[in-house]
Amino acid sequence: MVIRPLDRKLLRDVWHLKGQALAISLVIGAGVAMFITYLSTFASLRLTQTMYYERYRFADVFTGMTRAPLFVKDRVAAIPGVARADTRVVVDVTLDVPKLSEPASARLIGIDIPHAPMLNDLFLRRGRFPAVGRADEVLVSEAFAISRSLGPGDRLGAIINGRRRELEIVGVALSPEYIYSIRPGELVPDDSRFCIIWMQGRSLAAAFNMEGGFNNLSLTLLPGASSADVIARLDRMLSIYGGLGSIPRSLQTSHFYLDSELKQLQNVGFILPVVFLAVAAFLLNVVLTRIVAVQREQIAALKALGYTNVELVWHYTKLSLLIGAAGAAIGTVFGSLLGSGMIQLYNAFFRFPVLQYHLPAAVVAGGVIVSFVAAILGAVNAVYRVAALPPAEAMRPEPPARYRHSWLERAGLARLLSAPVRMILRNVGRHPVRAATSVIGIATAITLLVLGTFFIDAIAVLMDLQFFSIERQHVTVSLVLPASARAIHEMGRLPGVLYAEPVRAVPVRLRSAHRSRITSLQGLVAQPELRRVVDVRSGPIRLPPQGLVLSDALAEVLGAGPGDPITIEVLDGRRPVRDVRVAAIVEEYMGTSAYMEIDALRHLLGEGDTISGAFLTVDPSAAGSLYRRLKRTPMVAGVNLKQTAIESFQKTLADTFYIMIFFNLLFSGIIAGGVVYNAARVSLSERSRELASLRVLGFTRGEISFILLGELAVVVVMAIPIGLVVGYISAGVLLNALSNELYRFPLVITVRTYAYATAAVLVAAALSGLAVRRRLDHLDLVAVLKTRE
Amino acid sequence: MLPVFTARGITKVYHMGEVDVHALRGIDLELHESEFLVLLGPSGSGKSTLLNILGGLDVPTSGTVTYRGQNLTTADERALTMYRRRHVGFVFQFYNLIPSLTARENVALVTDIVDTPMAPEEALRLVNLTDRLDHFPSQLSGGEQQRVAIARAVAKRPDVLLCDEPTGALDIATGVLVLEAIAQVNRELGTTTAVITHNAAVAGMADRVVSLSDGHIVSERRNEHKVMASELSW
Repeated sequence: MVIRPLDRKLLRDVWHLKGQALAISLVIGAGVAMFITYLSTFASLRLTQTMYYERYRFADVFTGMTRAPLFVKDRVAAIPGVARADTRVVVDVTLDVPKLSEPASARLIGIDIPHAPMLNDLFLRRGRFPAVGRADEVLVSEAFAISRSLGPGDRLGAIINGRRRELEIVGVALSPEYIYSIRPGELVPDDSRFCIIWMQGRSLAAAFNMEGGFNNLSLTLLPGASSADVIARLDRMLSIYGGLGSIPRSLQTSHFYLDSELKQLQNVGFILPVVFLAVAAFLLNVVLTRIVAVQREQIAALKALGYTNVELVWHYTKLSLLIGAAGAAIGTVFGSLLGSGMIQLYNAFFRFPVLQYHLPAAVVAGGVIVSFVAAILGAVNAVYRVAALPPAEAMRPEPPARYRHSWLERAGLARLLSAPVRMILRNVGRHPVRAATSVIGIATAITLLVLGTFFIDAIAVLMDLQFFSIERQHVTVSLVLPASARAIHEMGRLPGVLYAEPVRAVPVRLRSAHRSRITSLQGLVAQPELRRVVDVRSGPIRLPPQGLVLSDALAEVLGAGPGDPITIEVLDGRRPVRDVRVAAIVEEYMGTSAYMEIDALRHLLGEGDTISGAFLTVDPSAAGSLYRRLKRTPMVAGVNLKQTAIESFQKTLADTFYIMIFFNLLFSGIIAGGVVYNAARVSLSERSRELASLRVLGFTRGEISFILLGELAVVVVMAIPIGLVVGYISAGVLLNALSNELYRFPLVITVRTYAYATAAVLVAAALSGLAVRRRLDHLDLVAVLKTRE
Repeated sequence: MLPVFTARGITKVYHMGEVDVHALRGIDLELHESEFLVLLGPSGSGKSTLLNILGGLDVPTSGTVTYRGQNLTTADERALTMYRRRHVGFVFQFYNLIPSLTARENVALVTDIVDTPMAPEEALRLVNLTDRLDHFPSQLSGGEQQRVAIARAVAKRPDVLLCDEPTGALDIATGVLVLEAIAQVNRELGTTTAVITHNAAVAGMADRVVSLSDGHIVSERRNEHKVMASELSW
């Protein structure tokens, strides 16, 4: 293949520019890498999710009830729009795990033995299904099995309806219902203390007095059926069986988490790359405009030789596209590597039979297209100048650049400024647009650094509030069935317990006009010592003697404000329905919560001094014996320990967040370095003659470095406050975009975060400055003075 | 026979900030087939402006220029580009080679975009640079660079060769070599040639010498006996 001479020029120009071209390619590469990482991870997860749901028949509607007789199943199946209904028994119990002193929790799910295809079907990772007639053989969820190193042959102790039973693990399984499994009431999954156990349905039913009945139902819908209509009919039908209210797939816990993760990946995958590509386009603009200025006479000669504007515009556009192509290549390679790494990360949180990394051709094509778009946008201004250059005029050397006195000098401070300082100020002033764009570029890097790290601050505030201001208990105990007030005294007398505070929680459906939400209504003492209701602004609040207190997220879901009436449909016991007014809205960071003063709730339920659980403070030295007692206490359905919750929270952060922060630092460093390095190289190219002249006149290397790098320092110093302020504002916008019903992060940024962002940019700027300074040291005085222009 | 160029009443005014510079103040000129014309004049006399207008790099403020009957003054940018591409070879005072391309590649730059070029090697042989084909401009002397520029200009087999101070940046000996190359192209290929210079000695090579001063033609004479470039001295 013969390379045309103009293309040879192109290749040699790129080679000559290799440092700057590489810096820009890296910025584009970072943007494309993020685009590909996030969107390929999104595509992989989405594909896996869809296939898994379909093959293992993930249900469309889920519901629970106290107990319904088996014939109800046929009635449910007859509801118009229902394709298939499966019933089962599901019970939460306390688990005694070998080598774990504190109690763990398990959800027992009954299945048909021998195994027959069902909704939410199981994928058997290891071992076998329980054998017919072996009530003690069980399957355990994979996340738990891995985290506790358990497998077929190992045994577990479970408190089943008041009796401790030994269960033998015969297999490890996964279900589309528990791709993400989190214990109710916790922030992050704790795989080592929460387990799904599948066992023979008949023996589970027998153990909980459910023979001939069920307490859990899932169903799939016919194509085109409305889940809202089906749910309405279903809930009416099940209310006499203690129906707890049905939820559509979109509110199913595992699906909800997986879907919000997917949404975030998609959003971030589109937004972040735009920032990087915008910076790259700006860098290309600066560099190409400079190249066009340097090659002014070459362009004029080419025009004189008969090259058309179209040919020359295409020539310089190709230069930009070549850099864009290099960026796209770098980005695709790193993006696919990071993407497959990210999939490994997701493998630890989301349990799929197979989660394979899949890089769709469309994502790669998208990455290439966006980098070319950035390249073309970056070239527009420069190639316009190429086209507009009048050839006759360009033959003559460029007139001396026009300078003005800087405003500092005009303000009468000239005498205070040395000649080098004046040169710095005038040069910044001569290219105000370029200086401004450099400032914007560096400020962007700072903004990204702030955005990448402030989450640590937000989470610290969140954790501090959650674990030290709201939850001051060490242990939360929930009971299988509501118990009398005597139980609270008994718990107070358990070994190591220092103080016990009662709670009466009840499942309810809250209605306001046409909106409704199923949740747990928490009855707390008016002024609790342990579990408090804390408004993020005004601090702990006292629960009013009457009325509901809603978290702001729940109030928003219901569209209700203070004083509005809410219909409470209790989904337990005698199922009373009452209208209650909203007494207060409390601003919370997490979840959708509803609170009432405990006696008001008991009154509403028509009960005496009942409790459904307790919050305990514990003497740490006696914790071991307390745990042993709780594991063996039949009435205890679940035990949550604050310390383990904090630990798993921190582990999750360490596993995910710090990795993300590392890449964020890397990418922001690339931006800062790219901007500063290119700005310095362009200044050097423009002013090497002037600086060499100064050297000839006797200036030292240090002095001329000061002139060149001082200009950069001015730009960096101007960028820092802008970047920090924009970082703060963007953080607010980002939090708004990321907040959902589960989390609303506080906008808190510490001085440390600002300091890190500033320091990182200063380091990147200093390294770039040093790289340019080295060139300054090797300035060939004679050669520079010979070159015209 | 129809002249190659006919210029009538050409003026050119540049607006340089707050002052108007009258570079040309009414020029009438004809240039004939295979003629070797020297435009003589001190700097600022308007000769470069005239050459740029003849070459389609610039348009006059008033007056008309025709090239073989084609009006260059009313042509648009695209038509002027095509005119330069097909008919004109340029040689500049500062050579204007592309520094990132070798001698051969600089010539190929032109042979690449025209229909019936000579081979770059042939063009370079014409200017006696066969041993410098793969050298970059920075590896060539000024005279060699200018000869590459001439090879680049003639490789397209232009109808006219326009040279702006081709020896302006060169010493005598080198300048003579360059002028010899230009004269040889004029002689052997019959290319109509216009050379700008402020060096009166060069005028001896021309068929016709036109002197400019302050935007006017002040004299015009025909050489009865052209001298060889090697016989020039200044």
